Amino acid sequence: MGKLLVIFFGGVLLNNFILSRFLGICPFIGISQRVETAAGMSAAVIFVMALASVVTWFFQHMFLIPLGLEYLQTICFILIIATLVQLVEMVIQKTSPPLYQALGIYLPLITTNCAVLGVTLLNVTENYNLLEAAVNGVAGASGFAVAILLFAAIRERMELSEIPESLKGFPIALITAGLMSMAFLGFAGFRLEALFGVM
Amino acid sequence: MSFKSEFTKGIIKENPTFRLLLGMCPTLATSLAVSNAIGMGLAATFVLVGSNVIISALRRVTPEKIRIPIFIVVIATFVTTVDLIMAAFVPGLHEVLGIFIPLIVVNCIIFARAEAFAFQHGVMDSLADGLGMGLGFTLALSALSAIRELLGTGTILAFSDFGFAGFRIFDQSLAAVMAILPPGGFITLGLLIGLLNWVANRNKKRAQEG
Repeated sequence: MGKLLVIFFGGVLLNNFILSRFLGICPFIGISQRVETAAGMSAAVIFVMALASVVTWFFQHMFLIPLGLEYLQTICFILIIATLVQLVEMVIQKTSPPLYQALGIYLPLITTNCAVLGVTLLNVTENYNLLEAAVNGVAGASGFAVAILLFAAIRERMELSEIPESLKGFPIALITAGLMSMAFLGFAGFRLEALFGVM
Repeated sequence: MSFKSEFTKGIIKENPTFRLLLGMCPTLATSLAVSNAIGMGLAATFVLVGSNVIISALRRVTPEKIRIPIFIVVIATFVTTVDLIMAAFVPGLHEVLGIFIPLIVVNCIIFARAEAFAFQHGVMDSLADGLGMGLGFTLALSALSAIRELLGTGTILAFSDFGFAGFRIFDQSLAAVMAILPPGGFITLGLLIGLLNWVANRNKKRAQEG
């Protein structure tokens, strides 16, 4: 239990996927003009990342390792993620039209979100078991959600402020993200292992 | 367009990092040192050239509807190749770049060039486009890393894989470690793009006045 909490809070605060691991920057900058769209994207990402962590874990341990085909990891994982995203899109479209209305346009974009492929590869390098992999997926995506929601709120405000012509748009967004990342560095002082009694 | 103009457009006019604003994750994550930047840039260039050529060669037999999965498989094949080559010949660099090598698969630069260029143009043009874009990416990454490496460690051009410690410009105690931490990446890239926008705007204004 303690280790799961360490993985979760580590993923959300200490090793935030966007602000300290640099995974998922494209949607972070691209879909953060409005808090509502950022929230929709975050929900879709949490769902897909948790699912992808579990499915790739099974694939890795039931096919790739027994067959000695670990070098095919990248190809297999990206295909699994792409298929999964398609499947999720179709299922949601059939079962819950309102949810599809809310998440629909974000789902295809998730395939190329490097946070998703990133988390599945990290699960392998960290040698997580099934439960730890699932928690890592949820944690990474929650970290993404926290960062993108905070960032969208700041950007809504920023529309009203005066910004030098050359810094408008992308550059100022990056600088803002840098300041947020600096704030998140403060969490690096946390001793999660000691807090949750894992050594 | 000729081979030469397809090649050169990626370096400055349509630089993928500074002008098209593509592929930000590896740009920020692997720009700690010039050696990492060159390694990452060349790996991406290899994948870009390979996938551009193959996708362009297959464009007449690729069904429109399933082109995206086909692109993914072609790109992932080249990524796996470069991953294995780097693990064998430059293990230190491979270790440092870590998951960002397999993550070249989802690099938007490669996808964007496959979809927007290689799928519509001939093999030679696509080859030139891949080389130019790859080189543009490498140069942008190197410029960003040179700034971060210098400010963050006080040295420049350290290649630890080849046992070269780099040129020391100022003492370690004066180095601003923040530059090689994540915030430094965001802020340096933001300011660099801002600077290039300023230059571009000024040139445009001059051209209008003159």
